[in-house]
Amino acid sequence: MHVCIDGNEAAARVAHRLSEVAAIYPITPASPMGELADAWSAEGRPNLWGTVPEVIEMQSEAGAAAVLHGALQRGALATTFTASQGLLLMIPSMFKIAGELLPCVLHVAARAVATHALSIFGDHSDVMAARTTGFALLASGSVQEAHDFALVAHAATLRTRVPFLHFFDGFRTSHEIHSIETLSDDDLRAMVSEDMILAHRARRLSPDRPALRGTAQNPDVFFQSREASNPFYAEVPRIVAESFACLAERTGRTYQLVDYVGAPDAERVLVLMGSGVGTANEVVERLCAAGERVGVAVPRLFRPFPVAAFADALPRTTRAIAVLDRTKEPGSAGEPLYQDVLTACVEHSAAGTRSGIPRIVGGRYGLGSKEFTPGMVKAVFDELGREKPRNHFTIGIHDDVSHTSLPWDRTFRTEGPGVRAVSFGLGSDGSVGAAKSSVKIIGEQTGLFAQGYFVYDSKKSGAVTVSHLRFGPAPIRSTYQIELAELVACHHESFLSRIDVLGRAAPGARFLLNSPHSPTDVWDRLPGRVQRTIREKELELWVVDAHRVAREVGLAGRINTVMQPCFFALCGVLPPEQALSAIRQSIEKAYAKRGKTIVERNLAAVDRALGALQRVEVPTDGPLRTDEPAWIPETAPDFVRRVTARLLAGEGDLLPVSALPVDGTFPTGTARFEKRMLAEQMPIWDPTLCIDCGKCAIACPHAAVRMKVYPEAAGAQAPAGFLAKLFRSRELQSHALTIQVAPDDCTGCGVCVEVCPAKSKEEVKHKALDMAPAGPRRESERSNFEFFLQIPELDRTRLEGSTVKAAQTREPLFEFSGACAGCGETPYLKLLSQLFGDRLLVANATGCSSIFGGNLPTTPWSTDAEGRGPAWANSLFEDNAEFGLGFRVALEKQTEEARRLLLALAERVGEKLAQQILAERGQGEGAIAAQRARIQLLRSALAEIQGPEARRLESLADDLVRKSVWIVGGDGWAYDIGSAGLDHVLASAHDVNVLVLDTQVYSNTGGQASKATPRAAVAKFAASGKAVGRKDLGLLATSYGHVYVAQVALGANDAHTLKALLEADAWAGPSLVIAYSTCIAHGIDMSQSMAHQRDAVRSGFWPLWRYHPGSDPHQRPFQLDSREASLSLREFFASETRFSMLERSDPARAARLAALAQADASERWRHYSALAGIERSVPSVETPPTGSEPGAVRSPVPED
Amino acid sequence: MPNLGSRYLGFQLRTPFVASSSPLTGTLDGLRRLEDAGASAVVLPSLFEEELVRDALALHGALEEGSESFAEARTYLPEPLHYESALDKLLELVAAAKDALAIPVIASLNGTTRGGWTSIARAIESAGADALELNLYRVAADPSHHAAELEQRSLELIAAVRAEVTIPLSVKLSPFFTALADFACCAVKVGADGLVLFNRFYQPDFDLETLEIVPTLTLSEPEELRLPLRWVALLHGHVKASLAASSGIHSARDALKVLLAGADAAMMASALLKRGPELFREMEQQMTRWLEDHEYQSVEQLKGSASQRASPDPEAFERAQYLRTLRSYTKV
Repeated sequence: MHVCIDGNEAAARVAHRLSEVAAIYPITPASPMGELADAWSAEGRPNLWGTVPEVIEMQSEAGAAAVLHGALQRGALATTFTASQGLLLMIPSMFKIAGELLPCVLHVAARAVATHALSIFGDHSDVMAARTTGFALLASGSVQEAHDFALVAHAATLRTRVPFLHFFDGFRTSHEIHSIETLSDDDLRAMVSEDMILAHRARRLSPDRPALRGTAQNPDVFFQSREASNPFYAEVPRIVAESFACLAERTGRTYQLVDYVGAPDAERVLVLMGSGVGTANEVVERLCAAGERVGVAVPRLFRPFPVAAFADALPRTTRAIAVLDRTKEPGSAGEPLYQDVLTACVEHSAAGTRSGIPRIVGGRYGLGSKEFTPGMVKAVFDELGREKPRNHFTIGIHDDVSHTSLPWDRTFRTEGPGVRAVSFGLGSDGSVGAAKSSVKIIGEQTGLFAQGYFVYDSKKSGAVTVSHLRFGPAPIRSTYQIELAELVACHHESFLSRIDVLGRAAPGARFLLNSPHSPTDVWDRLPGRVQRTIREKELELWVVDAHRVAREVGLAGRINTVMQPCFFALCGVLPPEQALSAIRQSIEKAYAKRGKTIVERNLAAVDRALGALQRVEVPTDGPLRTDEPAWIPETAPDFVRRVTARLLAGEGDLLPVSALPVDGTFPTGTARFEKRMLAEQMPIWDPTLCIDCGKCAIACPHAAVRMKVYPEAAGAQAPAGFLAKLFRSRELQSHALTIQVAPDDCTGCGVCVEVCPAKSKEEVKHKALDMAPAGPRRESERSNFEFFLQIPELDRTRLEGSTVKAAQTREPLFEFSGACAGCGETPYLKLLSQLFGDRLLVANATGCSSIFGGNLPTTPWSTDAEGRGPAWANSLFEDNAEFGLGFRVALEKQTEEARRLLLALAERVGEKLAQQILAERGQGEGAIAAQRARIQLLRSALAEIQGPEARRLESLADDLVRKSVWIVGGDGWAYDIGSAGLDHVLASAHDVNVLVLDTQVYSNTGGQASKATPRAAVAKFAASGKAVGRKDLGLLATSYGHVYVAQVALGANDAHTLKALLEADAWAGPSLVIAYSTCIAHGIDMSQSMAHQRDAVRSGFWPLWRYHPGSDPHQRPFQLDSREASLSLREFFASETRFSMLERSDPARAARLAALAQADASERWRHYSALAGIERSVPSVETPPTGSEPGAVRSPVPED
Repeated sequence: MPNLGSRYLGFQLRTPFVASSSPLTGTLDGLRRLEDAGASAVVLPSLFEEELVRDALALHGALEEGSESFAEARTYLPEPLHYESALDKLLELVAAAKDALAIPVIASLNGTTRGGWTSIARAIESAGADALELNLYRVAADPSHHAAELEQRSLELIAAVRAEVTIPLSVKLSPFFTALADFACCAVKVGADGLVLFNRFYQPDFDLETLEIVPTLTLSEPEELRLPLRWVALLHGHVKASLAASSGIHSARDALKVLLAGADAAMMASALLKRGPELFREMEQQMTRWLEDHEYQSVEQLKGSASQRASPDPEAFERAQYLRTLRSYTKV
């Protein structure tokens, strides 16, 4: 069958049919394989033998690998899917599985391993890290191969008993949609030996035929045993080759252990694996046609390395070989494939099976999905042609530090005939969905070959997506982004001013623009740069007001089914009527499960689309508009102007090695330079109604609504239109208050307006904050915001931040992140930065918060006027609690050393000063400021003192000011993958604070169930509603007795959240704050984010409570801070799609689970109520081991 | 013993007691209980076309939110395994109710568009409903819409549904017509087999603390009987259609009143919700006793015997009555 699917689906379609058990864990870019397998099993799709595979989600990849191992011991056909860090976590089990010759297949969407930075993108560093496990490694390089090799791997593992790791490139193959021929059940049956399955099953662990595995062996036999499996490995190449032959017989698609393409008498040969092969083949064919003697050798089986097959594949004429590795092994003699090729050639030469050794060089390419283009392939061949080709080179970057890089010709092209189209869409407008649908239509209905590749933004709000589509009469092997397109579509006019949309347009191409302007007006609205390109390249300009059409059919914002017919009309691949009919069919299929209304409205959009499409007469002369210069101001830091500005301009690929930090250290506070102008509506303040409550600012997920209090005189020079009111405060007289929006940073989510409690007496819809169209206000609000920023911040000691209002007068040091509009996590982080930002250390688990917190191009964590601010680091997903504890342990040691040195130098720096510094225990801003002032004096004194002790104390002096260490992460980390580490950290007596941003699903990877997912909620891996209740992480933590615990929900009670954070910081031992975080994965209107939090508490779904340990034997540490439910859980569930969608798909189960969930909530309330009456003390709290930290509180924090 | 039987929409009902739309008629268990307690017909909960549309759009919006815009997550919620709309559920309930009950099962529909109504009506008929009740309730809030146009549109809708289905069709009206009698006659002319007087709906209310609008539905009180009572009495004999009274019937005495006025069926919901389906049994006994005590042979004999046409004082049902009522109070 001919279908268009991506690499993940291609592999999963085989794996699901050939497995009984799949143990999985979400990780980019492999998650879709597990999700598909789970979805198929959920709908009852059987495997080849008629049973529905059991798909089980585990707490980590380590857990998944262990389940895999166990299932294999029981003789099951088992599989898993993973990538990158996930594969690394599986390695210990992989050694065991291979050591025990347990046949299985692990499908890997190969992805970079995190080093100086995390990268979700493709390279081979993960699979290369697993190459010593004893797994056979099979590399596919295209979607078709991912499908075919999946089968070869499953077939060969059963025959060889050697477990297989089948890999393909993350994103480039895993997410590329391509037309392929699928393997039938009969193909699978023909390749997978029933006898071998029975043999595998017969070896299973069974009390009916008892055996023992996993012995501990002594020096006498371990070595020999390790060598005993050699014959099995020796057989692998032969059996894989036979499997390839069998596949070829059935399908006509031929593969060899080492494939060779090119001149039979080639002199220069390239060796590589993975998706780059397609591009290399394209270039080799072009060069050979021009008479060059070049070729490319592609090892399909990398482990065991097929030494003989490699020698056979290599033309005897080969003079020079370049081996390209998509990985880096710092300090090695060469990367893995290079080393193996070198070894194979040397061994053959030594054995006399080949005469001489060609010149062999190695190079690195494509790390972290760096583009690999025909020009780069040619550059490598050119290098091989030189007398002394460079070894250990890099290709694809400009290395001006170690000078490893080869130059390449960016204009060298090898693409064949066909249509190329590039479209720029805005996340959530359906652009990528439309592009995928178009690829499927063309690939499945026309006989043409089709390819779709999608480039996503690093932002979660206002993300730009770029779809690269190729259609043609010949197979498409171009595994690089389109450089020259015959059709460019821009789905949002605003992109034109910030993205070089037409840079990829071929001369004479058609340019489709979604614009609200008429054909006669649109030209004058285009930026000058765009006008110039249209003229220079002689582009045909077409416009459609897709948003108007979408609105008219009742699908506001979803322009996919308007743009799709226009795309087909202009790309000309299909006759118009055939295209429209195919689009209609695809809509009916895609939306069938969403109700008739959705189908009908989308069909209506299709029917109206072409009527709205119009050609624009491009004036051949006349003046062009003058563009405004880029926003980055002259005053921006050097790094921002030199590096960040290039990243923002989409020119990151052009940055040389020297421009980038050597160790992954980046400056903070750069998000403020990325003016994204996302908001179509923004909040407008009415000071006459404002009651100074600060709720708008505390709830704003983007720190775009700011509250500042300042002496009235500071506002004297304000621009006209800058608003202020008298600040109502007993402590601060004659101060003004301004609520100001950051107009270019606001996402327009509307959360601030929703939480604003101040309503007009005359007209209740009018509040102190109202949303208004952003366009007309942007300019004036921009100058207001500029002035606002110039007003000095209020001295932190003037108002203690123990009320919401006071806390919101503090400068947020977490601003303008790329989180989803209305994000429920970011308000907590912003509050944390306001309370402790200038002395805050954050260890951030991988997940949403590490992505919006640390994904380039910019960083939202920022600094105050003094240059202080949160210091932030992300290690891994699984180790975050321990990572953060490391911060604290080091800090304790450093503080202790500083105190020791201060004591030793007390006489010389001044006894009084030293004693004051050492005695400082106070809480609060005043104490912190006073200590900082003392440290300044100390520094001045130390400057006058000679000797190493003074220098050492200088280096540690800042650590005498109290720091706040926060360990931050989501529920996937805290409840699942990092739970053992978290537990251990909480069991310590160290002063660390843990903030769990609990969205109740793995948000970052797309809403997979975690142990925080509540009963009755639908999530990925719990598609039929989660059957069991969530883990009560907070309650577990209270079992230790000495851990401060709070369960909070900012939208329900902001003062409670504030209090909990302050208490957690003040508590000298470990603290855990679990923060309910609304998320788009809940299926809610995110502008109502805070209302959902309120209802979660009102319904008893998420009670608010604190556990405050102390030494008083009569104290009751558990305090229930919310009221008994006043809303039924049923009503709360009805308001969130994650619960209500089960009503639509399985009402009986929904009712059953909802009843159980209600029982959970009632029982929890009863339990908590009982706990609230229990007296409990922690005798050890008076003498914690961390006595050296200044300011630490040793006794229970009093209630205020 | 008097015969309680009554003809309504062409069905020979054992008694005039009919359970109108309520949560009780929304489950098979509730329907069984109603039949066991003596309901002679049931009206299933109304299907709101607007709700159907909103529901689909909300689900679609939630599933699309954030999808295909971020490299690590193609979507944020799993695609539903099935999509069961409120219509699917109603059709299942119709089929199950037909299977389980011997009494007539009347489905109810509130639509806003002609296309929507007619296709749904057909589906309901195919699922086995014995009759269809069209719920004609709309808040004509737009001042640019003329009353006559809106009434005309409603009549067209009735006609369109009539053309689609062959089962008996009743129309449930709101009391808010300038000329209700005229509209009722027109409705019958374009195809209504029966009229149900009147519907009650959620009405907005204010929360005085938050100043937000909160929708409320209060159960009916016996005082509300007056309105349907008057209009049943006025329409009886003037329209060639069955008449059902709804709103405010809480006892056998209330039911007797609407029968006297000319109703063919006494529809109840609030009283059943308050006191349970068993109320039917009790009312049946009380009505039997009253008929015996007052020497009536049958309900048919009683029906309409005090309608406007049959009343010695027809004006009593018209506007002047207000003043007289006041006067009568002052006498007391």
